Amino acid sequence: MLYIPGNNPAMLQQGGVYGADSLLLDLEDAVAINQKDAARILVRNILKEIDFYEAEICVRVNHIDTPFGMEDLEEIVPLQPDAIRFPKTETPEELERLIEIIEKIEDKHNLPHDQMTLHVMIETALGVQNVFDIAKLSKRVDAITIGGQDLTADMNISGTKDGSGIDLARKMIVMAAKANKIDAIDTVFVDVNDDEGLRKETEYSKSIGFTGKAVINPRQIDIIHEVYQPTEEEIRKAYKIIRAFKKNKEAGIGVFSVDGKMVDAPVMARAAYVLELADIDYDSV
Amino acid sequence: MKIIKKAQAGTFESSDILILVEPVSGNSGRKIEIDSTVMKEYGESIKELINSCLDSFHIQNIHLIAKDKGALKPTIQARIETALKRASQQ
Repeated sequence: MLYIPGNNPAMLQQGGVYGADSLLLDLEDAVAINQKDAARILVRNILKEIDFYEAEICVRVNHIDTPFGMEDLEEIVPLQPDAIRFPKTETPEELERLIEIIEKIEDKHNLPHDQMTLHVMIETALGVQNVFDIAKLSKRVDAITIGGQDLTADMNISGTKDGSGIDLARKMIVMAAKANKIDAIDTVFVDVNDDEGLRKETEYSKSIGFTGKAVINPRQIDIIHEVYQPTEEEIRKAYKIIRAFKKNKEAGIGVFSVDGKMVDAPVMARAAYVLELADIDYDSV
Repeated sequence: MKIIKKAQAGTFESSDILILVEPVSGNSGRKIEIDSTVMKEYGESIKELINSCLDSFHIQNIHLIAKDKGALKPTIQARIETALKRASQQ
């Protein structure tokens, strides 16, 4: 997921060519206070006219308790991007308030309530404590993300490259997302010149269960894709497992082995997920 | 919409356009000045777009200066709208 500052026309209009799976058009922290009006109008116009190809489009609005949040929603919700990202979410109650506002705007424009989803950002200690209740509040929430910079500031700690200070928060957010069967997206890696550091952090994110990672520079996209894509060996193994499952299922056998290792339901689910990541149709196996 | 003060929107960055607007006295009409890196190719269409934006906000009397660095239509429209809204607020 590539962050694009909402007041930068060059980056906005080229957003679709960078190859990110998802674009985050940012009206919040990437926009100076005295340019909030300009960014809002620019992003609205860009959404209407620019083709972003296959990328999922998400707009990060300002919090509804700031002077800008309501106007952001009034301009952006009628355009129904794929998702709205809501920053600094701390309680289920404020998320409920946001959803009410969004649905009122949708009603005003005769729009359905089930198309545009919500990505909720957890960026404070209180948000981390409430993350499970936030994640389960509404079916419209399809991703939980962690905002590492703000969380570090809220905790009054210094950010370190190993991210040890926010490790518990990362894991709580992943667990809340998994428990609610939604995506968990990891925070940005801020040193754009440290490719190895980015790779290491992305490998860690993947290992603890994040389903994606945000980036602040297009040059970080390839490394994240490389880490998240399954390896050729993983794909071969998954293919073998699914083939064996289908064969054994026809013979009425529930548990079987592949290359000497037992295959049961969890192993099958993992193999199916690997094929999904590799864009291989389950039915074609 | 009534233009009551000077205002500007946009930047000199590539793919952007800087729009400056100010009120004019009485019914002196629209005075539009355009400077663009693509003046030869798109100068006329930028002027048409500016006029069409001013029409949509019902503005007949204004001084508008546009300094364009290759902005696309949605950006030009956005910067004009922003400048006009800023110029119409107390």
